Amino acid sequence: MSGTRPIHESSSSFANLDEVRSSFPCLQQEIHGKPLVYLDSAATTQKPIQVLQALESFYQEDCSNVHRGVHTLSERATHRYEAVRTKVAELLNAPDPHGVIFTSGTTESINLVARTIGRTRVSAGDQVLISAMEHHANIVPWQMLCEEQGAQLEIIDCTDDGNLKLDDLQSRITDRTKVVSIGHVSNAVGTMHDIQKVISVAREKGAITMIDSAQAISHVPIDVEKLGCDFIAFSAHKMYGPTGTGVLWGRKELLDQMSPWQGGGDMIRTVTFEGSTFADVPWKFEAGTPHIAGVIGLGAAIDFIQDVGLESIRSHETQLLEAVVSKLDQIDGLTIIGRPENRVSAVSFVLDAIHPHDAGTIMDQQGVAIRAGHHCAMPLMNRFGVAATIRASFAIYNTLDEIDALVDGIKNVQEVFN
Amino acid sequence: MNDIRELYQEMILDHSRSPRNFGPRGQHNLSAKGYNPLCGDDVEIHVLRTPDGVVKEICFEGSGCAISTASASILTGVLMGRGEEEVREIFAGFRQMVSGQGEGPTGEGLGKLAVFSGVKQFPARVKCATLAWHTLIQALSGIEEEVRTE
Repeated sequence: MSGTRPIHESSSSFANLDEVRSSFPCLQQEIHGKPLVYLDSAATTQKPIQVLQALESFYQEDCSNVHRGVHTLSERATHRYEAVRTKVAELLNAPDPHGVIFTSGTTESINLVARTIGRTRVSAGDQVLISAMEHHANIVPWQMLCEEQGAQLEIIDCTDDGNLKLDDLQSRITDRTKVVSIGHVSNAVGTMHDIQKVISVAREKGAITMIDSAQAISHVPIDVEKLGCDFIAFSAHKMYGPTGTGVLWGRKELLDQMSPWQGGGDMIRTVTFEGSTFADVPWKFEAGTPHIAGVIGLGAAIDFIQDVGLESIRSHETQLLEAVVSKLDQIDGLTIIGRPENRVSAVSFVLDAIHPHDAGTIMDQQGVAIRAGHHCAMPLMNRFGVAATIRASFAIYNTLDEIDALVDGIKNVQEVFN
Repeated sequence: MNDIRELYQEMILDHSRSPRNFGPRGQHNLSAKGYNPLCGDDVEIHVLRTPDGVVKEICFEGSGCAISTASASILTGVLMGRGEEEVREIFAGFRQMVSGQGEGPTGEGLGKLAVFSGVKQFPARVKCATLAWHTLIQALSGIEEEVRTE
């Protein structure tokens, strides 16, 4: 527990903060002699002990392959793995657990959709619609698909405040728009988009709708029934789970029509040299031995989120975001990039005449971990006319005291440079 | 904070604020571009090399962090008038110094360039300090392809 900042219950609306924070071993350390202030959860969240124990118990007690073998370990592994599918479906309010496909992460999930149904639905002269605020993971797969098919990638613009221009969506969408794929929350500037509106406009045109929820899943409730989207992608590692694991949820009737993604073991029913037949959905999209431990860890991460409660998470994080924006606004020579109507998880800013990378190095010396760079959103950086920003991003374990540490860190950067 | 002061010495801050030999290509006969995708630093170096291999003029343009800008700026002053082989030798010494490897990590014999000796405490910043150098070597090699420090 050395290096933990004192946490005063009165400083937060979230009564269990101390207890929750103490379940994250990685946070209990000093960096360069200062308590670690981890403000880079939009890159990856820290992992609670419950998730680490789930990984360990799989390898120590139930280590086996899934879906094969009749021995006890394999049955236990299969049971634990498949139980997470149900858990994910419940988290998303999805009607059928068979719509949940385990992937290596958001990137693979989006590529899966682009490379399967994308290829069959998008032809020469068609359009794929994304926004100016996407992460590269929701740009490049569609760009590759459009190049391959001779289709056009259309971009919905955003305002200077970092909100999507919904009128631009209305004017760009046409009968040739076959896919609309939108980030739920911008990882770079923290905007939560009105995806409900985007989905309903897209559905009117008969386009497939895909939501990249990587940056939303650990912050806000997601109800796929209510949203009415066709696909949702997210990664375990941004929701307190392990790296290398993610989810693609898809509407079952679409998944049934789609060809397999990768070929190999576990995704087949029969194989002969003349040809193969494929397993049912979702297994036909899960070729090879999956990241079993990762999926089990994801299950523990979902339990963690539900134990704390998404409402408590949202209210605590909103308090942190309001505090950080108000404090950053008081610093001379600091400009916040984007003023979203609905902010989730992150705030991005630049300092006059100081490159974010220099600021990042200096703040690290004070134990403050922020992200300096283009946040895998280079087109958005161009849109705002900056090469890079400093991003502070928040999770359930962050405290108001850590925002003071961030402010001290920024002032110290300015002192070094002035 | 001592390491930070060691890294951001006054000369580095001065050159990052007011880079020397900063501007577009003039009578130069060699150019190369460099890019650091990690932080978005980009630099373009222009060199006038005489037929007998002397770096007569160097200038640079682009944008980047304080370390990469100061490195490009100081490099131009130190190398102007030197032979190509000598430039490569100086770069070898500089690289050893900033990466904390080899026999000359203190920057002895590197003159003004020793101001970058603090970089060795910050492995993530070595690429910032060497981007302009890699780009210069690319320019001298007459290779058009962009240098990337990944």
